[in-house]
Amino acid sequence: MSSVMVKVKQKQIAQLIAHGKRLDGREPNDYRDIKIEVGVIEKAEGSARVRLGNTEILVGTKVDVGEPFPDTPEEGVLTVNAELVPLASPTFEAGPPDENSIELARIVDRGIRESKTIATEELCLVPGKHVIIVFIDVYVLNHDGNLIDASALAALAAIMNTKMPKYEVEDGEVKKKPGYIPLPIRNYPVPVTFAKIDGKMIVDPWLEEEQVMDARLTMTFEKDGNICAIQKGGGTGSFTVQQILDAAKIGQQKSASTRKLLVKE
Amino acid sequence: MKLPAKAQEKEKLIDKEGKRVDGRNLDELRPIKLEVGVLSNADGSAYIEQGKCKILAGVYGPREAHPKHLALPDRALLQTRYHMAPFSVEERKSPAPSRREIELSKVIRESLEPAVFLEYYPRTSIDLFIEVLQADGGTRGAAITVASLALADAGIPMKDLVAACAAGKVEGKLVLDLCDAEDKLGEADVPVAYMSTTDAVTLLQMDGNLTLEEFEQIVNMALNGCKQIYKMQKEALKAKYVALKEAAEE
Repeated sequence: MSSVMVKVKQKQIAQLIAHGKRLDGREPNDYRDIKIEVGVIEKAEGSARVRLGNTEILVGTKVDVGEPFPDTPEEGVLTVNAELVPLASPTFEAGPPDENSIELARIVDRGIRESKTIATEELCLVPGKHVIIVFIDVYVLNHDGNLIDASALAALAAIMNTKMPKYEVEDGEVKKKPGYIPLPIRNYPVPVTFAKIDGKMIVDPWLEEEQVMDARLTMTFEKDGNICAIQKGGGTGSFTVQQILDAAKIGQQKSASTRKLLVKE
Repeated sequence: MKLPAKAQEKEKLIDKEGKRVDGRNLDELRPIKLEVGVLSNADGSAYIEQGKCKILAGVYGPREAHPKHLALPDRALLQTRYHMAPFSVEERKSPAPSRREIELSKVIRESLEPAVFLEYYPRTSIDLFIEVLQADGGTRGAAITVASLALADAGIPMKDLVAACAAGKVEGKLVLDLCDAEDKLGEADVPVAYMSTTDAVTLLQMDGNLTLEEFEQIVNMALNGCKQIYKMQKEALKAKYVALKEAAEE
């Protein structure tokens, strides 16, 4: 969008938000419709497709055996990668990952890692030599804003759906046995992303709102409501301390209701 | 019962008197040294030592944007590169930019953009280079503190200086300005950057595990740290000109 168009849109969106309304008819703290499908890619050990309004994310997981990191010889490895696929938006280009895809991957990674969602200590086969590696690949298929929440939700759905091959160790060698077991999971981190537009905070910004936002704030909550990761970004703006504390309270509630889509109690 | 035994073996980070590994109180910053105008070629530069962190920042510009197509019609770019020297950490770091450095370059840029009047210099680029010479926990905060001094030293109009500092949770206690060991072994780390005169939080990240109450206390603790650093930044800027004045009078 040209900078003139952005300014025109910004005024329109800001005026609506000042009256507690949004261009697509939502309330300030409403999410768009969320649809989750799991097991959509048979060859992946786990997969999920999440639609958040028109934003569409596919996550596939692969499980393999490899070397542990030297500082954690008895723990499995988790790696998250994100691809902003060129077919998802006219602004995405093919090529090596740029700062946006790296930031997206690292936010998803931080939520899963800091909440200790995957029990990595159960993924050790031979300490210091062979551990199980879980690859989480986030594939953005259609970009209509708030890639972070959609990607993190898809990643969580995909790891909950992941089946792990049975491995056995014979004479220090790792052998794959027939059959699968579920990936050991003990937490359900769910992020909530806010955009600040003209001094007001809204939840789940879609593309047109993201294009005019001053700043973005993502807070990830664990199943017990504690915070496990935060990232501010997305523009040249800032937040007041009060806005951050208010967002934390709203985020805690919103993440709990989103979590119910995945985790039935 | 393997875990409790392990936990006992672990070195205590906070002793019975509430002193930390480096002898600090819970709400105490590491010793900070700031210097402005340390490089002759850069348009602006500054140096910080915060504990064992040693970081150098240099600013060039506003100048023609490279590559040209990145230039914006209504404001300047703030191109930021956060980079760690190969010898700055225990194990040699490859000089190629890591994913962490790319993310940090982005969040540091976004923490400084709110302070700079970028709209004064359309179609140009302000290039900010941050070199971490030695890392010791809290490098992103120290990098923001020193970078905003380098921007000011380059004479770039700013709304305020940005001061940054982390607070976190270590062995159940809330602490200010985590050092390397506390960052690695602690339960949570919350880096914050703040512009005091406009009450604007320009960087906020977190990893770890905190209740909402703890989070609120930690943010306030980090803001207190930022306010102390802000005073030091102003003194460091003034010190440069006092030194210049004295040299001129001699």
